[in-house]
Amino acid sequence: MTRYLLAVDFQPGVVDTPMSEWKREEITAHLDYYETLHDELVASGELVDSTVLTGPDLAKIVSSDGRTAPVVTDGPFQEFKEWIAGFQIVDVESEERAIEIAARVSAVPGPGGVPLQQPIQVRQVMEQAPSDAEEMDGFLAQATGARSSGGDPR
Amino acid sequence: MPTDVEDLLRELAPQVLGVLTRRYGDFDAAEDAVQEALLAAAVHWPAEGVPDRPRGWLIQTATRRLIDQRRSERSRMAREDRALLTQPPPADVPDRDDTLVVLFLCCHPALTPASAIALTLRAVGGLSTPEIARAFLVPEPTMAQRISRAKQRIKSSGVPFRLPTADEWTDRLRTVLHVLYLVFNEGYATTAGRDVHRADLCDEAVRLTRMVHRMLPDDPEVAGLLALMLLLDARRPARTGPSGELVPLPEQDRTRWDRALVAEGAAMLAAAIGRGAVGEYQLQASIAAVHDRAARAEDTDWPQILALYELLDRMTGNPVVTLNRAVAAAMVHGPEAGLTLLAHVEERLSGQHRLDAVRAHLLEMAGDTTAAAEHYAAAAALATNLPERHHLSRQVARLRNPPGE
Repeated sequence: MTRYLLAVDFQPGVVDTPMSEWKREEITAHLDYYETLHDELVASGELVDSTVLTGPDLAKIVSSDGRTAPVVTDGPFQEFKEWIAGFQIVDVESEERAIEIAARVSAVPGPGGVPLQQPIQVRQVMEQAPSDAEEMDGFLAQATGARSSGGDPR
Repeated sequence: MPTDVEDLLRELAPQVLGVLTRRYGDFDAAEDAVQEALLAAAVHWPAEGVPDRPRGWLIQTATRRLIDQRRSERSRMAREDRALLTQPPPADVPDRDDTLVVLFLCCHPALTPASAIALTLRAVGGLSTPEIARAFLVPEPTMAQRISRAKQRIKSSGVPFRLPTADEWTDRLRTVLHVLYLVFNEGYATTAGRDVHRADLCDEAVRLTRMVHRMLPDDPEVAGLLALMLLLDARRPARTGPSGELVPLPEQDRTRWDRALVAEGAAMLAAAIGRGAVGEYQLQASIAAVHDRAARAEDTDWPQILALYELLDRMTGNPVVTLNRAVAAAMVHGPEAGLTLLAHVEERLSGQHRLDAVRAHLLEMAGDTTAAAEHYAAAAALATNLPERHHLSRQVARLRNPPGE
């Protein structure tokens, strides 16, 4: 099993109408679609986490040199479309399966039932170790630390 | 809970499940009932003492739970359930141990490896869902769903509760061994760091494989797998540095290896080899044994390791084996021999960091540090796990910024 982060940002996909201008039943259909998908992923034992973030209006950007007071910039920010809006973490058998789920997220219906086609980032989550004993063993056998591995191997 | 009580419970868990499944036929419900009985025993036994006939106690308790479950589903109650309710819970049955049948059922080929692992740990290993969820770093409901779906799948596949037939035997046993191997992997691959829950998976895999070995003492691959686990596990104390970092094999302090485990694994392997067809696990164990025999890294018998990898490569056709073989070939015949072997797997392993990592290693051996650094950097960009990425980035830094220049 491999974990993937499926992240969605504020790029609108093919529909530019903000949700505040959708019809009520369109919003309901949109939210129901997410809920159904969520329930499916819970039932399949694949969902690890699902998080929706507040908007960039509430965001802050912090930078620090580690000594003096940190510099804090408040939102709202001009260019916010690439900010992460929310994400799911799924634990799945294959990358194909992660892509399949991402496609479902992207096809969420918008106004008039048209799939929004929002771009979904699919990112493999770093493992804590090689995936199996054979890889681990190969890695440990071949890996050398600070020491140079040059010279006569025999 | 005292360890001896826990050991006893987990030994008895699959036996009790076997009795209930054989008697009532419903593996899914029986498994839930056994979990509840285990929980009850874990509460009562440490306080009140272990009953005289612990197995009988568990069977009785689990049967009562099964009846309770069915009572609560009264609307769906069929005639056979009514018959069940009128019978007194049986104390125990004559010695019959269905542990192996339960194990074969949990490692059913219809299941994905992930579900077979989860179900095996619960039904055969007697671990609770929260424990399994912790070991696999997923939320408890996620793991609960995985186990429940696995049980549903077994139910709908309609497989009978019996050992596989003679013509199914080899394939089915291979699946069982693969599942046990994967449980070991999960623990072994992550024993670095503070992740003790996952390290426990190694112990659990060894315990279950020992059990299978006790029941099938003449099978050379079962013995080979157990030997492999013991020989690899022997290095556990030396595999992790003080801050949880991985210590590569050539740099491990071999005095910290568990000599008793090495001896046990080597003896088991020696007894298994020559008893029948040499299989994959026996070969892997043989390679581990050659490493474990060397008192220092430079004493490693590389020609022997290379010969074993050649056999394993021919047997499995696994490109990862070819990578390891290339490293061994370089140690025996020089880096060019290793690089030549890599050409054979280039296509099948493209995009995987291990190919670049091994190539970098061999290029460095050949003295081409510039190309080596490039391939280490490419490998770091493709790495899917942290210890390797850190290691690979350090190699790039080492080659590009040699000390004292």
